[in-house]
Amino acid sequence: MAGKAFVVTSGKGGVGKTTVTANLGTALALQGKQVCVIDSDIGLRNLDVVMGLENRIVYDLVDIIEGTCTRLKQALIKHKKADKLFLLPASQTRNKESISPDQMKDLMAKLKDEGQFDYILVDSPAGIERGFKNAIAGVDDAIIVTTPEVSAIRDADRIIGLLQAAEIYEPRLIINRLSLEMVRNDDMMDQYDIIDILAIDLLGIVPEDEGIIRSTNRGIPIVFTEDSKSAEAFKRIARRIEGEKVPMWPMSEANRGLMARLKRLFGLDRKEPERV
Amino acid sequence: MFESLSRWLRRGKGSKNVGKSRLQLILINDRTGVSPEILDALREDMFQIISKYFVVKEDDVEMSLEKEEGSVALVANIPVLSMKRQQRQTIPS
Repeated sequence: MAGKAFVVTSGKGGVGKTTVTANLGTALALQGKQVCVIDSDIGLRNLDVVMGLENRIVYDLVDIIEGTCTRLKQALIKHKKADKLFLLPASQTRNKESISPDQMKDLMAKLKDEGQFDYILVDSPAGIERGFKNAIAGVDDAIIVTTPEVSAIRDADRIIGLLQAAEIYEPRLIINRLSLEMVRNDDMMDQYDIIDILAIDLLGIVPEDEGIIRSTNRGIPIVFTEDSKSAEAFKRIARRIEGEKVPMWPMSEANRGLMARLKRLFGLDRKEPERV
Repeated sequence: MFESLSRWLRRGKGSKNVGKSRLQLILINDRTGVSPEILDALREDMFQIISKYFVVKEDDVEMSLEKEEGSVALVANIPVLSMKRQQRQTIPS
């Protein structure tokens, strides 16, 4: 079967696209899938750093597209700790105009034709210009990353519109960096508020986690870490991508409290959004 | 338990609802691509046209874009002071 290609995008920068791409890719690979993650942020590459592969880059995306490197496999970097995970890095010395959406489409078709990968994840740059258009060219589906902030959600809404215009009609949402504490204090929108506003399907919720900084410092995606809430969340999302029905974080977490249990007993709790 | 109680007392006092309603308003404009200036211009034009048939006060003309079930509606509220007799006579029966 030809693999399925997703773009991971957000509009706003700094919401965690690269972290999500690295960890979802890793989680899918640890589930036994062949995964290729592509950094399409030409000129500002970072996926290699987050994954700890920065010292192993020989060829990059632009080399493949321009034909400097003729064999696709030569440019793909296999991860040390997950042998089913491969990275196609972006070029650091070029810019977004170095490639066109059509060229990107061709590359995606070529990658799929090789038949090696079950999943291809394209990490999109921030913004809605050329880089974004390159990133969504040739993908089958989109994953939108947002944080529970007004600015990030607004940009996500804009991206949903642009994806629709590009005939990607059913993007799914990952809410990153949700703080249960702030939600409890009524200081942060929760998944219900955000889904209510954006009206798209929820793919997952990733809790705020200091461990992400530590894992980026080390260059080891947090999914490799035991006992981490965000790692658990990424693994659940990966299973959902596989079509499994997995309960949403943080409801399972929140339901452990006494008040939550009482509320549930009296039917005062809110139901989880459908189709999750 | 005390923590739950204090949280319950705080309900609705956090910044969440402010953020959510601001966001909803922003998105109405974003989604329709209509700026407040355009809405003002439309309001003025509407007043001109409606004044041909009814007596209305420009200050009373209220127009806004409202979100309903995933779609956006243009809602106009224009109190009519009276009909214009002259105009009524010119409308062919």
